[in-house]
This record gives sequence, C-alpha cells and structure tokens, in this order.
Amino acid sequence: MATITRPNPGTPGGPELRRRTHPISVDIARALPLTPAVLLLLVFLAGPILWCIYAAFTNTALTGAGSGNTQFVGLDNFRAAFSSDTFRNSVVLTLVFTFLSAVVGQNLLGLGLALLQKRSAKAVRTLVGITVIGAWVIPEVVAGYVWYAFLAKDGTLNEILGTLGLGQNWLYTLPIIAVSLANVWRGTAFSMLVYNAALSEIPQEIEEAAEMDGATGWRRLRWVTVPMIKRTVTTNLMLITLQTLSVFGLIYTMTRGGPGTKSQTLPLYMYEQAFSFSQIGYGTAIALVLLAVGGVFSIIYMRLLRED
Amino acid sequence: MTTETPTPALSTTKLTVGSNKPVGPRTRVAAGVINLVTAVLGIMFLVPLLWVVFAAFNSQAGLKLEWPGSNFSLDNFRAILTPETTYRPMWNGLVLCVGSTVIAIAVATLAAYPLSRFNTRYKRPFLLTILFSTGLPITAIMVPVYGLFVQLNLIDTISGTVAFMATTALPMSIFLMKNFMDGVPLTLEEAAWTDGANSMQTLRHIVLPLMWPGMSVVTIFTFIGMWGNFFIPFILLLSPDRLPASVSIFTFFGQYGSVQWGQLAAYSILYTLPVVILYVLLSRRLGGAFNFGGALKG
Repeated sequence: MATITRPNPGTPGGPELRRRTHPISVDIARALPLTPAVLLLLVFLAGPILWCIYAAFTNTALTGAGSGNTQFVGLDNFRAAFSSDTFRNSVVLTLVFTFLSAVVGQNLLGLGLALLQKRSAKAVRTLVGITVIGAWVIPEVVAGYVWYAFLAKDGTLNEILGTLGLGQNWLYTLPIIAVSLANVWRGTAFSMLVYNAALSEIPQEIEEAAEMDGATGWRRLRWVTVPMIKRTVTTNLMLITLQTLSVFGLIYTMTRGGPGTKSQTLPLYMYEQAFSFSQIGYGTAIALVLLAVGGVFSIIYMRLLRED
Repeated sequence: MTTETPTPALSTTKLTVGSNKPVGPRTRVAAGVINLVTAVLGIMFLVPLLWVVFAAFNSQAGLKLEWPGSNFSLDNFRAILTPETTYRPMWNGLVLCVGSTVIAIAVATLAAYPLSRFNTRYKRPFLLTILFSTGLPITAIMVPVYGLFVQLNLIDTISGTVAFMATTALPMSIFLMKNFMDGVPLTLEEAAWTDGANSMQTLRHIVLPLMWPGMSVVTIFTFIGMWGNFFIPFILLLSPDRLPASVSIFTFFGQYGSVQWGQLAAYSILYTLPVVILYVLLSRRLGGAFNFGGALKG
C-alpha cells in the first residue's frame, strides 16, 4: 500500500522526515526573531547562573574579609556548608517540606479531589472546584497571612480545637508541618486540574469494561485508572517538586524560617546568609546547590517528556 | 520533544458525570458518601479563606474567624484607601506586571514563530534549553541577580526589575506559545507566502488572529504570576515608594507596631481582586476548566 505523505514542516512530527536542503544563511535569517529572547535569557538568566558558578568558589562578601579583595577559596564554601548544622538542617527541612507538601499533599490530594469530582454531584463539584482554585489563585503572601491567621495562637484552628483542649501555637510547635499544610492548601489546585484533564481523557468504555469484569473501587483505581494516567502522574510530580523547591514568600510570611531555624528551608537559608549576613560567596554556594538540585530534576523531567 | 498531535493547551473538556445505569440503593449510598467527602474537603479549603473576608468587614477583627455581626463596617477599607498604603503600591504593581507581561509576550511570540514554523539546526537545542530552564528555581539565582544589578546600576529601578521579571517568564511562555502556534495549520501561511508576504506579515495577519485564545491564556497566566511575585521585587527594589503591592503588604504594617488585622485583610482582598477577576473572565470565556494536559505533553 503506497501512501504519499507530504511532510508537514510546521508540525514537530515532520522534521525527521525532511532533508535539510537550505544553506546556513537561511537558518540565520530564520533565527532572527529569536534574538530578543536569546539576549534577555543570556543577560538575566545564563549570566547570573554563570556568575553563581564563579562566585560560589570565592569569598565575595559585602562586609568583612571578602568585601575588599575577592579571592578564590576553592571548595571552602561547600566544605563550610556541608559541615554546618544549620545548612544540613535546611537540607533536611527542604526535603521534608517538598515531600510532605508536594509529593504527598498536593499530588495525592489533587488526585483524590479529581477522582471524587468525577463522581460527585454537579453542584458539589463546581463549588469545591471554585474553592480549591480560589486558594490557588490568591497571591503567595496573602496565602501566607491567611495561614498565619488560621494557625496562630489566637487563630481559627485553636478556636475550633479549643473546646477539646488541644490548642497550641502551631507555628511554634510544628512550624515545618504548618508551612507544608499551607503549601498543600495553596498548590493542590494545580494537581487537581492536571488530573481532571487526564481522567477526562480515559475512554469510558475501559472503565465500564473493568466494572463489568467485577473490578470495583480500589481495584479499578489501582489496576485501570492509575496505570492509564501514569505519565501524567510523573509529569505532575516533577513540576510540583520543582515549584516547591523554590517556595520562599509563603514560608517567609508565616514564620520567617523560625522559630530559630525550625522552618528554614534552603531558599530562606540562602537569603539569610547572602542578604542578612552579607556572605554573598557563601550564599551563592547554597544557591548553586539549589540550582543543581533543580537542574537534576529538570533533566529527569526532560527525559520523561521525551520518552513517548 | 515530539508532539504527534499538537494539542492546544486548553479545551472545553466535558467531565464525565457517570453512566445512565439504573440506580440501586447501594449506588445511591456510595454517591452520597462521595458527595459528602468531596464537600468536607471543600469546606477544609474554604475555612482558612473565610477569615480574610470576615475580618476585612470587621472593625474589631482579630486572628480568629468570627462573623462581623455588630462590628460590621467598611472602616478597614476606608483606613487603607490612601495613596501610601494602597494606591501607590497597586499602581507600582500594575506598572511592573503590565511592563513585564508585554515584554515577555512580545518576545515569546517572536521566538515561538521560527520554532513552530521552520526546521533548523538550532531548533532542537534551543527548545531543550528552554525546557531545561523552565525547571530551574528562580529563587536560587536571586543572589547573583542582585550582584549583577548592583554592577549594572539597575538596583531599585523599575526598568531593570521589569526586564528581569519578563525573563523569568520567558521559558514557560515560549514553550506554551510554541505549542499553541503548532495548532495553527501551515497551509494558510503557505498561500500568503506564495503571494509574496514575508514571515513577520503572516505571523501578524494570519497566525496571531487564529491563536488569540492561546495567547490570552499565556498572557493572563504571565500577568497573574507577576502580580503574585514577591521575591523578585522584594530583592531588587528598595525605596518604599517603588514597592509593588506584593511587597508592601508585607512591610507596611510593621511601622504601626501592632498589626491591624482587619486592615491587612481588607488590603489582601483589594490586592487579590484583580487576579480573581482575570481568572474568572478567562475561565468563563474559554470554557471552564483549563486543560493543562496539552501543555504538559510537551
């Protein structure tokens, strides 16, 4: 069967089929509209990243020894970081924050809400959708204040729990849990929307067939639904992990990293070192660690996207 | 990155409501349980949010959630509607967001065109770089950016901050814009090219009019992202009279000693309102749920 297919150069499906016949000058002419983007990205994104790589190995500082003459200090910043309890504490807190609020919270709650919404009454579905998206739409700092008010000593949660005698200042007793909860509240809408879209693409016949075969509830979810949206799950996990890694405003508004350093994740530690203590070189080393973690996740994410 | 069918990143997806089978008592109980659980989760999301609304209209507002009742008044709004407290930060925020959104969208549209229309040597590496940068935590580069801004004398300038904010939005907007542009068939352009139109003309007169829904999605998302951005202006702007709403909400209550929670809530509402309005307009006009599916497929 001979089918004549005309390669369509406009869609990304076509490129491999097509021989490149034009000279390099055509490539250059066609690349011209990219110039503003390339310039901005080079100056404000690639530039700072390169500087980050350089400065992390120097003792650059705004005050003290490194302010007058900047010197290469090799791996000193990293050695200092990894032997510092505060840094290790921040790494652990960042992992806890990301795991609790993104991997468990936003991801599972988002999936749960999407599954529930699919089967709930229209009015319930709409109202819950609006509320969850409402929490997502409001700005980060406002979300921070909302949760400060909710969890503070004389806040709403204690008002509710007060009769049970469980009242306490959650922001002091469980700060990292408190900021994680706030982040779940704020971020779940994204996962919910992603999963809503993925679930609506599952052909109904498949679910019905599984139901006919006697697969009910959990088993259908485990063996039919989840495998079908597996790709969406990994993509979503990757995206929310990357977003959560760089959360700053929410935590800063709620606890400023405190009490002490009990909710000081890497971004807050970096901010404190670089701007409060003026240790730019050391702060940049922390930034480089954060950047490297983001970079690794980013590469995995690209791999996942390229698989199919 | 091989999108076989370039799905536009949003569509009017109808949610399946369940099948039309005869409803037995067991199914009805299950439906009731599902509705109840969903509603309870919804209420858990609602309760923290209610505080802002109630406190804003309560002249004696504290931190706990309480119905304004006899304390109901607009005093909180009256107190904050002054140039220093509200108008100037809102205006600053608007200047920053409109400025950076316009730059980001214009630059992203230009960049998306050759990426969507031609196959060239640079295309694949460029797209991979863009995709890679969407994942980089911008928070991490704020220290070097601060250093760069000091060197270039851009610290505490609106123009510098706008340029940087636009750049942070670029990777994602180029990526989304390209996906939307892939959805516009090439045949129409080929006709125009035959008639002697150049690529910028076809972009303006043929491609853009056909992809306005996609463009408005990217534009509004970019704007909402900018409006809520706290860390960038917090680091790059210093003078109190240049701070946008996202930063001033954080700083201006400090000067009075004790925090006026009612006023903070009222200010939060005013600051949040533009974003909510934009979102409602967008979701209504474009048919309900956003479908990130297409955008995520790459």
